[in-house]
Amino acid sequence: MARSVWARSFLYALAVAMSVFFLMPVYVMVTTSLKPLHEVTLADMWKLPSTIDWSSYATAFDKLAPNFWNSLLLVVPATLLSALLGALNGYVLSKWKFKGADTLFTLILFGMFIPYQSILIPLIQFLREIGLYNTIPGLVFVHVVYGIPITTLMFRNFYAAIPDEMIESAKIDGAGFVRIFRYIMLPLSITGFVVVAIWQFTNIWNEFLFAVTITTSDKQPIMVALQNLSGSQIVQWNVQMAGALLAALPTLLVYIFLGKYFVRGLLAGSVKG
Amino acid sequence: METVNITPAEKTAYVPSVRKKRKWTADHWLAAAFLAPSVVLIFLFVYGFIGWTGYVSLSNWNSLVPDWSFAGLKNYLYLFHDFRFQADLRNTLVFTVLFIAAVIVLGQLLAILLDQKLRGESLFRNIFFFPMALSFVVTGVVWQWLFNPSTGVNLFLKPLGLDGKWYTDTNILFGFHWGKIEFGIPVAIIAVVVAAVWQMTGFAVAMYLAGLRAIPDEVREAARMDGATEFQLYWKIILPLLRPITVSVIIIMAHISLKIFDLIYAMTGPGANFVTDVPGVYMFETTFRGNYYANGAAIAMVMLLSVAIFIVPYLISSRKGGS
Repeated sequence: MARSVWARSFLYALAVAMSVFFLMPVYVMVTTSLKPLHEVTLADMWKLPSTIDWSSYATAFDKLAPNFWNSLLLVVPATLLSALLGALNGYVLSKWKFKGADTLFTLILFGMFIPYQSILIPLIQFLREIGLYNTIPGLVFVHVVYGIPITTLMFRNFYAAIPDEMIESAKIDGAGFVRIFRYIMLPLSITGFVVVAIWQFTNIWNEFLFAVTITTSDKQPIMVALQNLSGSQIVQWNVQMAGALLAALPTLLVYIFLGKYFVRGLLAGSVKG
Repeated sequence: METVNITPAEKTAYVPSVRKKRKWTADHWLAAAFLAPSVVLIFLFVYGFIGWTGYVSLSNWNSLVPDWSFAGLKNYLYLFHDFRFQADLRNTLVFTVLFIAAVIVLGQLLAILLDQKLRGESLFRNIFFFPMALSFVVTGVVWQWLFNPSTGVNLFLKPLGLDGKWYTDTNILFGFHWGKIEFGIPVAIIAVVVAAVWQMTGFAVAMYLAGLRAIPDEVREAARMDGATEFQLYWKIILPLLRPITVSVIIIMAHISLKIFDLIYAMTGPGANFVTDVPGVYMFETTFRGNYYANGAAIAMVMLLSVAIFIVPYLISSRKGGS
């Protein structure tokens, strides 16, 4: 590929310029969070802090720590349960197809696209009825239920890549539904579980609408608490930015360390059914 | 591809081996038993609850106490005559068009850029993708700060005639009166579009990049042999090949933008004169702050319908194409 130096330079310049655009919010977030309050002014927005001041992290952590724990208590069981449910569903819908299975799958899939506003009023009545309103288990339940479509889709696509011949020969050897799942599908599913778990972890951690409508005050997950920080009368931008970083940290770490699976999850989530 | 997809004709053909059939059925029942809870949950919590919300939207329940008496289309008629809801529809339309257009153009550009075998490609890719790991609330909080002051990003935008405080800007570009509202592009919504594009472009880049990598090198080589320039190669050959991906990106971005709530709630709220209000925010405030449940349900049903118009044909066609 013989291409002029000018063309190459232009491409690099473009890539760098776009990177600057994408990193700009990070720069502002990090520098602002490290500034003492008096330096957090409009005029100094783009400047580096003169001294590094960690106090906004301490303040943000004090305010957000309980909610951070709520989010952890929510996201871990919800992720595990919905991955397990998705694996079973995906297994049935890819390897034990029956008449109408595809139609049923499409009907399940639709649940992934609905605006959750359209189920929110009955959902809250229902959670009140069964005593799970304003509880973390209630939120776990909601995320497991509304995670079914996406986790089923991801596992179904994942299992579709496992050759049917393997299943067939296992059947001939006398293995049934459970044994095939336990001894063939599960051992091959590790990547699938990682991808689905990352996807669900990220989505549930970042979710806001269910969190803000189903929980109040001390039961609220981190994103609601972060939003409430900015709702107060005097906005301390350095504390806000520190809080935003704290709230974003778990999913950012997942992205940094497991980015490959994260992107695979993204692509798997883009309905190719 | 499908293994145990037994059609009725095949079923009768299999009848002789009774033993084999019984065995197959036992496992099949087991499979159905494992799937059943999810199917029940989805039918109840998705379809059942949608029906329930639909009924609430036709009721008189507009206070803290549920009132199930039938109101007909009253709530919907109220909405479509409501200034705020008309503004919401305008904002949603403007937001969706600008957001999708920007995501596609930028997504294609960056994906092609990453496809040029640049050094440090994985670093650039990570930079373009990382905002997707963030929550819309985090994005909203950060961009609120970026856009808020009259310095910051706005320094670059002053030459374009955009000034000062974005969300309190009630100006409508290219405005004309239509219904109760001024139709056009609310200046304030551009700020939200920029934040949303920043967050979601990586998704389009990932999809286009996957598409680009799936195009065999022979295609490029053949075009270059025929004397096509790099620009012609992408414009005339590669981009048309990526059209199915564009359709997917449009569908995915459309359903995100039609139900967007958290970004706007965290970043601007409804805005003065509802210049940045969207149905998601209106529904939330009406239902859970104002206790107008029937009105809230009606907004939710309109949102559902707007999404379904995109999604249902897409789901049906991808099902046909997939099997």
